[in-house]
Amino acid sequence: MSEFEPRIIAFCCHYCALAAADVAGKMGFQIPTNVRIIRVICTGKVEVLHLLKALEAGADGVVVISCKFGECYFKEGNFRAKKRVERAQSLIQEAGLEPERLMFDFVPGPGAKKFVDILNGITKKVRSLGPNPSVHQVMTIE
Amino acid sequence: MIVGERKPFSEIMSMVEGFSKILIVGCGSCVTICMAGGEEEVKILGSQLRLAFQKNKKDIEVEEAMALRQCDDEYMNDPVLIDKVEKADIVISMACGVGVQYSTAFFNRIITKKPIKVVPGLNTTFMGANLDVGIWEERCVGCGDCVLEKTGGICPITRCAKSLLNGPCGGSSNGKCEISKDTDCAWHLIIERLEALGELDRIKPVEMYKDWRPSHSGGPRKIIREDMRI
Repeated sequence: MSEFEPRIIAFCCHYCALAAADVAGKMGFQIPTNVRIIRVICTGKVEVLHLLKALEAGADGVVVISCKFGECYFKEGNFRAKKRVERAQSLIQEAGLEPERLMFDFVPGPGAKKFVDILNGITKKVRSLGPNPSVHQVMTIE
Repeated sequence: MIVGERKPFSEIMSMVEGFSKILIVGCGSCVTICMAGGEEEVKILGSQLRLAFQKNKKDIEVEEAMALRQCDDEYMNDPVLIDKVEKADIVISMACGVGVQYSTAFFNRIITKKPIKVVPGLNTTFMGANLDVGIWEERCVGCGDCVLEKTGGICPITRCAKSLLNGPCGGSSNGKCEISKDTDCAWHLIIERLEALGELDRIKPVEMYKDWRPSHSGGPRKIIREDMRI
């Protein structure tokens, strides 16, 4: 039986995580193929509902990757993102899901290695948790 | 505005147990402003319920809807909303207690095919002000006999834990109330404000006991404006 390959959604800040993804590509790092990257202008734009909807739509895990604290292009977007991830974690826990399916982390712009490590880390974590128990079938979002 | 906060998820789950078609109706007025029962919160609760039901392999439909104001016929008489309510087994109202009661009465008046069960998704907490993003504080208890002209615009009925009309009491210390170091002594604030206004003399006369009949103590209140009636 093949190993469970989790579907991961990564909300990535345009100014750091996405830059790190670019650098990772140029440096030849392998970005896990099970991760779907969603570019956001700032992680402060990621709402609690986006995180819940990602799980509802079939993701097994979601990660929000922002700039380091104090380095947000919009000053405090990453602080907001962290708090929203924490709130979403408590909401999914109430619904019976593991809060570890939602993760928050940060990378500096040139942090290609850390970026890949974060994605590998959540993939490993979610693989150990198993498939999202709330998914009957994967939704297609048009 | 009326401030509320969402009920614990476990309580909502126990209210909807045994029903297979759930409709969540948000309110676009006060509870939207206090981020407890608006469109966003309706979607969050909907998402949370679906995740919980799907995890438990329960085939339960969760629908979402909005009414601009759940305490007014004019905003409730929406054919799309009424159609959704007709198809639901239970309605979770994300409005304040007024909205829950009003929508129960309204839906049961409009829909005659079956009785409509409406349950509250929020705990209505108080009438308050938005002090900062994410912070609300009680400012009025609706006592029906406003005294703010005598107290420099600070309500001793609401903001004094004892609702004193002649304060402060002996529990006031460094401007804080004895009930909590985070609670300002209302009478400390009143005296400071009256002093700044040069109206400290206002608190010299002893206020007589308050007539509580215009408050809720006199039973449910009602206002009829004859000039507005036909």
